[in-house]
Amino acid sequence: MAKELFFIIVGSIFVNNFVFSRFLGNCPFLGVSNKTETAIGMGIATTFVLTMTGVAAYLIQNYVLVPFGLEDFLQIVAFILVIASLVQLVEMIVLKVSPTLYNAFGIFLPLITTNCIVMAVALLIPLNNYNLVESIALGFGAGVGFTLALALMSGIREELEFADVPDALKGPAIVFITAGLLSMIFLGFTGLVPLA
Amino acid sequence: MSNIILISILSMGGLGLLLGAGLAIASKQLAVETDPKADAILEVLPGANCGACGYPGCSGAAKAIAEGRAPVNTCPVGGEAVAKKVAKIMGVDDIGASGDRKIARVLCQGGNNEAKTKAEYHGVKTCKAASMVNGGPKACPFGCLGFGDCTIVCPVDAIIMGDNGLPVIDEQKCIGCGLCAEACPKNVLALVSEKNEVWVSCRATMKPKETRQVCSKGCIACKQCEKVCPFDAVHVNNNVAVIDYEKCRSCMLCVEKCPTKSIVSAFSQRKKAVIIEEKCTGCTVCARNCPVKAITGEVKKVHTVNPELCIGCGICQEKCRMNAIEMVRDGEKEIKTNNKCATAK
Repeated sequence: MAKELFFIIVGSIFVNNFVFSRFLGNCPFLGVSNKTETAIGMGIATTFVLTMTGVAAYLIQNYVLVPFGLEDFLQIVAFILVIASLVQLVEMIVLKVSPTLYNAFGIFLPLITTNCIVMAVALLIPLNNYNLVESIALGFGAGVGFTLALALMSGIREELEFADVPDALKGPAIVFITAGLLSMIFLGFTGLVPLA
Repeated sequence: MSNIILISILSMGGLGLLLGAGLAIASKQLAVETDPKADAILEVLPGANCGACGYPGCSGAAKAIAEGRAPVNTCPVGGEAVAKKVAKIMGVDDIGASGDRKIARVLCQGGNNEAKTKAEYHGVKTCKAASMVNGGPKACPFGCLGFGDCTIVCPVDAIIMGDNGLPVIDEQKCIGCGLCAEACPKNVLALVSEKNEVWVSCRATMKPKETRQVCSKGCIACKQCEKVCPFDAVHVNNNVAVIDYEKCRSCMLCVEKCPTKSIVSAFSQRKKAVIIEEKCTGCTVCARNCPVKAITGEVKKVHTVNPELCIGCGICQEKCRMNAIEMVRDGEKEIKTNNKCATAK
C-alpha cells in the first residue's frame, strides 16, 4: 500500500509529470512562469485545488456516476460541474480565512478552473480504479509536479532575461524551446516507477 | 432508454442543485464585508476593464476610489460625466480638474500606395508576427505593417483598417486606453492629448534620401516647417520634424507648407478669429500682431478679419485689451454669431 502510494506520488511528480510528460496545463505553465514568486504561488494554489479534486472526483465517480450507470457519457460534464463549484468554494474560503493569501493568489485561483491538469486528474482516477487515498495522492503529486515545473521554468526564464537571445528566437520562441528541452530532460526519469 | 435519460437529468440536475445550494449557503456564511461604496462606484464606471487608470480593471479602480487611495476622476475613459457620478457617491463636490482627454493617433501615412515594400510576406497575418521577420515587409523600418493588430485589441472598436492599409481611428469612439499603442510592434500608434491638433505623422529617422526612396509621405527633414512656423514650435531633430506642443498654437501653417504632407491636422477644425464689432475700438493692436496680416482696419474703426488668411493662431485674441475677438471653429461659427445677435438685441 505504502509502496503503491509512493509510486503514484513519485510517478506523477517526475516520471509522468503532467506538464513535461503529458503536456497538460501548458497555458498556465507558459503564462505564469515569468516570475518565480507568482509561479510558486500559482503552483501552491493549483496543488490545493488538485488535491481537493482528487477527493471530489473519487466521490462523484463512485457514489454518483457508477451507481446510476452514467460513468460512460456524463463523466466529463459531472467533473466540470464539480471542479467549477470546488474552485468557487475554495476562493470563498480563502477570502474569508486569509485575505492576504487571497490577494497573493489573485486571478490565478479562478484560472485554475480551466487548467487541464485538474480535468486530467479527475479522469485518471476512475481510469486507474484508484481508491480514495490513492486519488488524493495522485492529485497532490500532480500539484507538486506542476509546481516543480513552474518553479524550474520561472527560474530559467528569469535568467533568460539577461541572456543574449538571437532576435528571431526572442519572446515565446525561446520559451517553447526551453520547455521542450526540460521535457526531454524529464524523459530521463522513464522507468523509475511502473507506468500509471 | 428513456430511463437513462431520466436518470441522467435527475442526477445531474440534483448534483447541480446541490452544489448550487452549497455555494449559495457558503457565500452567505463566508460573506466578506465589501465596501458598499466600491460596489456603487463599480456600477457607474464604464466597465470595459481596459486598465487605462492603472488599476487592474474597473473593480480595482472602484476599490481604490472607495478607500480614498484614488481621486474620483481616476477613470480617464468616463471623463467628467463618470467623475461627477463617482463624486456624488463619495459625497464630494469637487470632481478635480478634468484631465485633457487622450486619444490614439496613427503616426504613419505610408499606406499601400505611398510606402514601398521590400519583400512579399506570406506568414501569419498579424503585425507582431510580420515584424519578427526582418522587421516586416515594409521598406521603411518605421512604417505601419497594416495587419491590424490594433483593431483587434481595441475594446471599443474605434479603429478600423482603411482601404489603404492604414488604421483609421474614430476619435469620438476612442477612450484613450492605450491598448493599441501597446499592441503595435512598430510603435506607430501613440497616445496623445486631444488638444494637440497638429502632429507629425512620420517617425522615420533615416537620412532624407532613404526616406524619400521608401515612402512618398515621409518626413524628409527639409525644414520648411521650421521656416514657416511663426512660433518656433517645430524643429527637425534627428531627420524628423518634432512639434513642441508648449509653443504650437495649431495654426496649421506647417501642414500647408509640408511638401510631403507628413505633417497633418484636421483642417476643418482650424479656428478663425471673429471680431465682435460692438467691442472693437479700432486700437490696431490685433492688426499689428497678426503674423499673417489677416486683420485690416483703420485706426478707431472696427477692424475686420480676412477668413481666407486667418490661421487661427489666437495671438490677436490674447493681445486685444477689449476682449473683442473670439476664436471660432467652422462648425461653431453659426451658434456663436447667433448668440451675438441675441445679445445685441
